[in-house]
Amino acid sequence: MTSPAAPPVAKVSPWRTILPFVVMGGLVVITGFSQSWNVAFAILNLSVISAIMALGINMQWGYAGLVNFGVMGFTALGGMAVILIAADPVDDAWAAGGAGVLLGLLVLIAVGACTYALRKMLGGWIKTAVTLVVIGAGLYAASTFFGPSIDRIEDINPAETGFLGGLGLPVLLSWIAGGFLAAGAAFVLGKIALGLRADYLAIATLGVSEIVIAFLKNEEWLTRGVKNVIGLPRPVPFETEVREEAWFEQLQATLMMDEVTLSSLVVKGAYIVLFLIVLFIILWLAETALRSPWGRMMRAVRDNEMAAEAMGKDVKRLHLLVFVVGSGVIGLAGAMLTTLDGQFTPTSYQPLRFTFLVWVMVIVGGSGNNWGATLGAFVVWFAWVQAEPVGAWTIDLLTSFLGEDNPVREQLVANAAQMRLMVMGLVLLLVLRFFPRGLIPERQR
Amino acid sequence: MEDFLNAFVLLSNFALVPALAYGSQLALGALGVTLVFAVLRFSNFAHGETMAFGTMIAIFGTWGLQAAGVSIDPLPTALLAIPLAIVVTIGWVLITDKLVYRFYREKKSDEVILLIVSIGVMFVTAGVVRFAIGVDDQVFTDGERFVFSAREFRTYTGLREGLALRTTQVISVVAAVICVIALFIFLNRTRTGKAMRAYADNEDLATLSGIDAGKVVLVAWSLAAALAVLAGTLYGLDKSFKPFVYQQILLPIFAAAIVGGLGSPVGAIVGGYIIAFAEVLVTYAYIRFLRYLLPQEWLPEGLAQLVGTEYKFAVSFVILVVTLIIRPTGIFNKKPA
Repeated sequence: MTSPAAPPVAKVSPWRTILPFVVMGGLVVITGFSQSWNVAFAILNLSVISAIMALGINMQWGYAGLVNFGVMGFTALGGMAVILIAADPVDDAWAAGGAGVLLGLLVLIAVGACTYALRKMLGGWIKTAVTLVVIGAGLYAASTFFGPSIDRIEDINPAETGFLGGLGLPVLLSWIAGGFLAAGAAFVLGKIALGLRADYLAIATLGVSEIVIAFLKNEEWLTRGVKNVIGLPRPVPFETEVREEAWFEQLQATLMMDEVTLSSLVVKGAYIVLFLIVLFIILWLAETALRSPWGRMMRAVRDNEMAAEAMGKDVKRLHLLVFVVGSGVIGLAGAMLTTLDGQFTPTSYQPLRFTFLVWVMVIVGGSGNNWGATLGAFVVWFAWVQAEPVGAWTIDLLTSFLGEDNPVREQLVANAAQMRLMVMGLVLLLVLRFFPRGLIPERQR
Repeated sequence: MEDFLNAFVLLSNFALVPALAYGSQLALGALGVTLVFAVLRFSNFAHGETMAFGTMIAIFGTWGLQAAGVSIDPLPTALLAIPLAIVVTIGWVLITDKLVYRFYREKKSDEVILLIVSIGVMFVTAGVVRFAIGVDDQVFTDGERFVFSAREFRTYTGLREGLALRTTQVISVVAAVICVIALFIFLNRTRTGKAMRAYADNEDLATLSGIDAGKVVLVAWSLAAALAVLAGTLYGLDKSFKPFVYQQILLPIFAAAIVGGLGSPVGAIVGGYIIAFAEVLVTYAYIRFLRYLLPQEWLPEGLAQLVGTEYKFAVSFVILVVTLIIRPTGIFNKKPA
């Protein structure tokens, strides 16, 4: 396919990596002092999650030149995993329709296996015809199991449950499950779409992500759809529990902060620590892979696909691998995001926020460089959050000559939050034009 | 016989006529995407936002005209505002070309870079639109709502089922037909149109033969912008204007352009109608239709709906993927993509 915006540079001084992170940390501290520590901690939490998403995209785009515009879909699949793994099971629903749903799933798996086996054995037009017949018959058979069970499940206490619930397992397990769920979806999609031209792949992934969201919004038996799943279990204690601990009172006495704020900070801090651990593991793995002979091969494939293929590298397999792994990482981040929110809201997934913003992070940070993508996530998320108050303030100032209750002014002030879309677009365009390598460029290895 | 007529009228009212109007809107949108692809050689992800931008200007124009008391009843006032919207949108698109795209075109950047650049333009345009008009639904249709209503149709024909024909649906189809005819006359008969086709066919050869590349690019952007304004305004008149929806409509538009064959104008039109009819017919609940045609005991249970309406994106996507696997160049494209 193609290489990122600009070729790597020969040498990157370590300060080029460290300094921006220090500056970024300073900005967060300033936010903490000038606005509130709650805001600063919230920014950090989402920055770390975004950084993991950006690492996923960087694997696909930065290492391999694959354009994945389906970030939103993989994120949402990761979120769904939290429901499936960690939510409490709804026993009545399982009794009413669990068997039917499981049978339906079995039929689907059987259809998949049959199709795969038949396609291995047959050839020519018969292959296509048999595939279509098997899939058609399979879907019909599955729907006879699914249909009535789903209705029964959704009828059980629809105001509170109306879905199967999950397995009731520890929520941390769902992060791994989210990764695997997204990776599995990426495997199927990759098998179909990876052979395509770059822009077709972009459109295909964008399309699949919209379908995933439509699925999550409408399959109430699985996700409660637009009724949302709230009160998902948390990996950290509740604020009220924290306040009862002995060490908390000591801490409160030393810091002299009020109880509610401090307990909320402690909980947010615990999330940050958890998320940072995941981020560092992934960063370490990604850097190790990039430094290995495998990483060298990946870059060779990216920079000259045909030459790499002529050297006997299986380009298709490599692309599929990196697509699956990258999407899995995004799914993991999606599960973390849902865990942080404590609820699953399918309507909150929007492509600008979840797909294209992550792309801005990677491009701004420096595609092909894992530290760059990480930094990009911190910088862009910080700007995204702060653009709202700054935008509102600027608009208020610029339109103040219009008078207090001018309708045009009221309209503009009300929409000031949309300024951040413009800011993001401008940042992306400026970086692409004047610093195509991003904040921390890719280093030649 | 009467049952058969009733069934047909029912299907027309709820599926065929809406699909025809929607298909016309998609075709106009897809034409813009395909023109940019043919001449500028990249997939423009900002096209949905260009449509939203143009529609926004048309809405502002409509409000202005309404405030001034101008009306062309029974037609919607927005039609009068379209020329203004086209001029402003062409201006906006040409500014983005001059400030953004031209640099990469002259550098002969890879198409993927241009695609990502178009994401930047998409963000900025989306910001401008949402900033100026907000994210809420805007209904700006005025004038006569129906050419004839379902009740009028019933009294006139004596059938049990009614067929309502909305003004906006007629306008969509008529406008699409006029535009397409004008576009084809332009592409096939005029000097500039021929130059554009030559440039799309072989850039180097065309430039060597003395075709002014700058002019071709200018005309291509202008046409794409004008088509985007039309597609967006007609869609907004027919349904309503909501920025988020205009962003989502990018997918069926791309699907239409690719199914027809990226770069082929005929393909974009055919693709638009294919996608629209597939979306509507696959998500239509056929139970009442079948009730007219089948004896009672043959009727299926439920709504006889193949796929829920929520999955209409899935329909365009499946068609897209099937096309890409079977014939990646699309229906009307001989060149390998």
